[in-house]
Amino acid sequence: MQRDLGKRPWTFYVLAGFFVLFVLFLYGPMSAIFVLSFQGPTGGLTFPMNGVSLRWFTALFNQQRTGDFAGGFTRSIVLALMVLALTVAISVMAGLAFRRRFLGATAVFYLAVASLIMPGLLVGLGVGLLYQTVGVTPTWFGSALGAQLTWTLPFGLLIMFAVLSRFNRAYEEAGRDLGASHWQIFWMVVVPILFPGMIAVALFGFTLSYDEFPRTLLTVGAENTLPLEIWGMTTNVTSPALYALGTVTTLVSFTVITLALGSIAIIQSRRSRRPISAKTSPTDPSEIA
Amino acid sequence: MRSSTIKLTPAFVSYLQVGPLLLVLLGFFGIPLLMIVGVSFFEYDGVNSVPAFQFGNYADLFTSPITLTLYIKTLEYALIVWAITLVVGFTVSYFLAFHVRSLLWQMALFLVCTVPFWTSNIIRMISWIPFLGRNGLFNQALIGVGLTKEPLEFLLFSDFAVIIAYVHLFTLFMIVPIFNAMARIDRSIVEAALDGGSSRWRIMWEIIIPLSKTGIALGSIFVITLVMGDFFVVNTMSGGHSASVALAMYNQIAAVQYPFAAASAVVLLLIVTLLVAAILRLVDVRRELAG
Repeated sequence: MQRDLGKRPWTFYVLAGFFVLFVLFLYGPMSAIFVLSFQGPTGGLTFPMNGVSLRWFTALFNQQRTGDFAGGFTRSIVLALMVLALTVAISVMAGLAFRRRFLGATAVFYLAVASLIMPGLLVGLGVGLLYQTVGVTPTWFGSALGAQLTWTLPFGLLIMFAVLSRFNRAYEEAGRDLGASHWQIFWMVVVPILFPGMIAVALFGFTLSYDEFPRTLLTVGAENTLPLEIWGMTTNVTSPALYALGTVTTLVSFTVITLALGSIAIIQSRRSRRPISAKTSPTDPSEIA
Repeated sequence: MRSSTIKLTPAFVSYLQVGPLLLVLLGFFGIPLLMIVGVSFFEYDGVNSVPAFQFGNYADLFTSPITLTLYIKTLEYALIVWAITLVVGFTVSYFLAFHVRSLLWQMALFLVCTVPFWTSNIIRMISWIPFLGRNGLFNQALIGVGLTKEPLEFLLFSDFAVIIAYVHLFTLFMIVPIFNAMARIDRSIVEAALDGGSSRWRIMWEIIIPLSKTGIALGSIFVITLVMGDFFVVNTMSGGHSASVALAMYNQIAAVQYPFAAASAVVLLLIVTLLVAAILRLVDVRRELAG
């Protein structure tokens, strides 16, 4: 426990050991993929390494060998940016709406929670059936976009709830007292205060879409996103090119995560230097998720 | 107020703000769900789905001996994975919340546990293949140490591999809500118990576990629904030796037998809903969720 700050109890060392093992379990296999993607030209899917090469990375751009990697990658990035923008805008608006009581609020909330825990394949099946019935051709920027939003929006909403529960409404009232319009209050008071939370929502929107698979599978239409290309590769491709693709896509995710978390950290540390907004700067680690 | 030309009532503003969310959720979740229910009554004539209202698909589903086998297998996966992720997730969260003293370290280590959530599940799943394979790292290590002479065959493309992959993918869905609940526990309660001479075990059973209940319930809902709805982990990691309800459904969809798949989906959804309702009956998580 937290008393006696000098000496740690024996349980600390046992639990710390457990934690280290868990982190190894979490990251160990991924690092093996990373190393194996630099496998030599004659190397296979497992260790040992037969030399070192970049051959499998260049193989990714050879369309015949590994499928349409470049196209899938482009579509995934564009789709993820669309999901990001829509998730941030819709979640922030909905989060603000839930600060007041309105008829049906509970129903909307439960609809969002149900949408969150609905198995992804079933979302895809339902959207696919709907498009078929209406007679519209599914596309990655239409049906797949909508199917992905049923998964990113509930996350965005829950994050906005956590952020807004710490939001001090006195700032809005101060703005109103000074004669600001609704729009001025929104853009000059609410948005700047909520900005770190909005980055967190954006992070969820982008990465969950970029890696989304079960909802996209049945709704994507004729052109695949990157996770679907990877899914195809797991059955067809038995060369380390699969790992090279894994390394590339993981690096993209890591870049986005670093950018998002880094900018949140910079904003928070700037704020904590200015006492005026100290109250709104969350220090609770649970905030991030 | 001054500069707005039209005066909007607060309730109307709320509906405008929540409108886009509601539209997306109804259009891509609510109506598709009704579509599934509708199509589950359609007839499948061997080639096409014909609009109808009949219970044949359900009759086929309930009389097929495979259905029960699939559900038992899926529930078995769900139960085993739930138990493992609960123990691991609880232990990790407890360590972070009660043993890591610096807030900065707590935040950093929590992030280490959550970063994989934002990366690809498929990649994380296939990263077990070079580990567990016949010539994989695990077998090489076992042979190197001298524990076995022959490589173990059951590691990859087996139930073992499926469960390892599930635990790897889903444990963080336990950690985040349990850690959240634990971070809110008032430390002075624990202090008071210690001052009163309570043992670690009593503090664990009478303070920490009861106060983490909402987090445990939320994590359980996530893990159980994720395992029950999974098809790609079973498909890849069992190497075709095992199946789940969702995988069977996926195969029906691939064969364009939509009415069967839809009936199967409705039954799966009912069972998942019952499981979630049972958890919610045991633990009231509504307050927790609503912030």
